[in-house]
Amino acid sequence: MAMIGVATTRRKIQWSFLDLLVVVYALVPVLWIVSLSFKSKETLNDGNFIPREWSIQNYVDIFQTNEFVRALFNSIGIALISTFIAVVIGTMAAYAIARLDFPGKRVLIGVSLLVAMFPQVSLVSPLFEIERALGLFDTWPGLILPYVTFGLPLAIYTLSAFFKEIPWELEKAAKMDGATPAQAFRKVIAPLAAPGVFTTAILVFILTWNDFLFAISLTSTEASRTVPAALSFFTGASQFEDPKGTISAAAVVITIPIILFVLFFQRRIVAGLTSGAVKG
Amino acid sequence: MAEIVLDKVTKRYPDGAIAASEVDINIADGEFIILVGPSGCGKSTTLNMIAGLEDITSGELRIDGARMNERAPKDRDIAMVFQSYALYPHMSVRENMAFPLRLAKVPDATVKQKVDEAAKVLDLTQHLDRKPSNLSGGQRQRVAMGRAIVRSPKAFLMDEPLSNLDAKLRVQMRTSVSKLQKQLGTTTVYVTHDQTEAMTLGDRVVVLRGGFVQQIGSPQFLYEQPANLFVAGFIGSPSMNFFPATLAENKLASSLGEIALTDRLRRVLEGGKAQRDVIVGVRPEHFEDAALLDEATKATGVTFQAQVDVLESMGSDKYAYFTVEGKQAESSELAELAVDAGASDVPESGSQVVTRLSAASAAQEGAACDIWFDPDKVLLFDPSSGANLTYTG
Ligand SMILES: Nc1ncnc2c1ncn2[C@@H]1O[C@H](COP(=O)(O)OP(=O)(O)OP(=O)(O)O)[C@@H](O)[C@H]1O
Ligand SMILES: [Mg+2]
Repeated sequence: MAMIGVATTRRKIQWSFLDLLVVVYALVPVLWIVSLSFKSKETLNDGNFIPREWSIQNYVDIFQTNEFVRALFNSIGIALISTFIAVVIGTMAAYAIARLDFPGKRVLIGVSLLVAMFPQVSLVSPLFEIERALGLFDTWPGLILPYVTFGLPLAIYTLSAFFKEIPWELEKAAKMDGATPAQAFRKVIAPLAAPGVFTTAILVFILTWNDFLFAISLTSTEASRTVPAALSFFTGASQFEDPKGTISAAAVVITIPIILFVLFFQRRIVAGLTSGAVKG
Repeated sequence: MAEIVLDKVTKRYPDGAIAASEVDINIADGEFIILVGPSGCGKSTTLNMIAGLEDITSGELRIDGARMNERAPKDRDIAMVFQSYALYPHMSVRENMAFPLRLAKVPDATVKQKVDEAAKVLDLTQHLDRKPSNLSGGQRQRVAMGRAIVRSPKAFLMDEPLSNLDAKLRVQMRTSVSKLQKQLGTTTVYVTHDQTEAMTLGDRVVVLRGGFVQQIGSPQFLYEQPANLFVAGFIGSPSMNFFPATLAENKLASSLGEIALTDRLRRVLEGGKAQRDVIVGVRPEHFEDAALLDEATKATGVTFQAQVDVLESMGSDKYAYFTVEGKQAESSELAELAVDAGASDVPESGSQVVTRLSAASAAQEGAACDIWFDPDKVLLFDPSSGANLTYTG
C-alpha cells in the first residue's frame, strides 16, 4: 500500500511538472503579446515582462484607424458567411452520408478528404488568376469561395461523426408517437444534432478566422482585407513610430473571440447527451 | 381497442430479400398475440409493417376493417415499445411520456393528469423530473411503456421490449407487462424470441420461419400439437428430442429401441403396413427413470439403457442428458433450429437426449440408467415435409 502511495504521489508530481511546462511553453508568447499591447510607447522596448507603465493607448489607436476597423468588419463578415454556407451544405452532405446508402458515397468521402489534405499554397496562384479574370479578386465572395471549399470537408467530417451517434430509432419512435416527419426532425432530431452543428460551426469559423494565406494573396485593398492580412500592413501613426504596440493590440483583439468561443464551446458540448436513449 | 387483420401481407426489401410471405393473421380485439421465431425470420419486419414504419409490398393490413397500407404511422393510432426503448434523451421522463399527447394537442391539464396516472401505474412518480440517462434499465423500460399507454392507443406493438434487461428483472417485468395488458385490455402484438415469454404472455402465439407463418395457436396447443418439426423443436425448453425411426411390421425401429404401435399411432400411420421412415419426437418430461415405476406401467412403454452424460438437479426434478447411439434425425428444419440455438458441438455419432426425471431418481452422472418413455405421448413427423403425422388439430 505504502509503496503504491509513494509511487502515485511521485507520478502526480511528474505529471504536474510536465503539464506546467507545456502550459508555460504555450502561453508565454501569448502573454508577451498581451504585455506588449498594454505598454506605453515609451516603455515598449524596455524588455520587461510586466509593463511598468500600463496604458490602453494602443487599443484606442487601432480603433481610431479605419484600417483596423474595416479589417475587423471584413473578418467578421467573411468568417460568418463562410461558416454559414459550409455548415448548411455540410449538414446536408453529412446527413446523407450518415443516413443513406447512395452510389458514389465512398467517392464523395474520398474527394472531401482529398480537398482537406490539398496543399493550399498550390491553389493560390491559380485562384489569383481565376479571380482576377472573374472580377472576384479583392471582394468578399473572392475569399468566401476558398474558405467554403476548405471548410466543407471539415464540416462534413465532424458532422457525419456526430450524426452517426444519433440513435435514429428515435425518429421512428417520434413517428409512432404521432409526429409528422417535420415534427420528428424539429422536436427530436434537431435538438440532438444541435451541439454537433454548433461545434462544427465553431471549428469552421476558427479555420476561416485564422487564415492568412488566402487573405494576403487574394486581397489588395481595405475592401476585403481581413485582420490577419491587415496586421502585416500596420504602420505607426508616423513613419518613425514603431507599430509593435498596435500590432500586439490588434492581435489580442482578434484572439478574444476565439477564446470566448472555446470557453463557450466546452460547455456546450455536453458529452454523452445522447447516452441513455439506447439500452439499459 | 382494435381488431387487426393481416391479409396475405408480403414484404420484399429493395435488395430482393423477402422478409414476410403472405402472412395471414387475424388478431381479435383485446388479444395479446406473440410473434416468435429464430433471428431473421421476419418478426420485426411484420411488426414494422403493422406500425407503418415499413411499406407493405403486397397484401392488405386492416385495423377495425379499414385499410391501413397507405396511412402514415401517426394516423394509425398505434403505440410502439422499442427494444432499445428509444427514449428522447433531451427530455425528462415527464416530457417523454407527455410527448405523444402534446403532439395530439391535448390540453395541458389533461396531459398532466394522464402522465401522472400512467406514472403511478408504472411506479415512476418519483422519477418524473429525471433524464432517461440517469435511470436504470428497468426504469427506462417502464418509461417506454408509459409513453405507449398515456394516449390510450388502439393497439400496442412491442419489439423484444425486455431483451435488454437482466434475467431477474425480465421475469419481473414480464408479469407486469401481462398485468398491464389485462388491465387495459388493449390489443397487443409482442415480438420475442424468448421461449418463456412466448409461452406465458400471449393468448395466442404465431411461429414464423423464414417469413412464413408456421402455426398459430394458444401456447398450450402449440406445445401439444405442433404442426411440424420446426414448431415442435422451437416451442418448449428444453426442446423436444428427435430420433429417426423406420416403420415396419407394426413396429417402429428407433435408436431408443422398438416402439410398438399404439392405437393412436396405428391410426395416423394408416395401419402401419407400408414401410417408411419417420422422425419420432419425445418431450423431455415424457421420460422417466424406470426404477421408479411399477412393473405394470413399465410394460406399457419402452425402456432403454444409456449412460448419463450430465445430470442437473433442479430441486423439483432432475434433467439427465444422454447420448444415444445411432443416426441423428435429419431435416432442414432441425438443422435451422440447431443453427439458431448455436448448437455446433453436437456429438459426432449418436444424438443427444434430454430427459426430465423425478427428483427421486437415483441416476448419477457417468453411470448407466434405465429410462422409460410412454409411446402414447410420442409425436411422429414426416422427414421430408416435416409435417406432424400425429397432428389432430
Ligand atoms: N432494410 C432491410 N433491407 C434488406 N433486408 C432486410 C432489411 N431489414 C431486414 N431485412 C431482412 O429481412 C429478414 C427479416 O428481418 P427482421 O428484422 O424482420 O428479423 P427478426 O425476425 O426481427 O430477427 P431478430 O430476431 O434478429 O430481430 C432478414 O433476413 C433480414 O436480413
Ligand atoms: Mg427483430
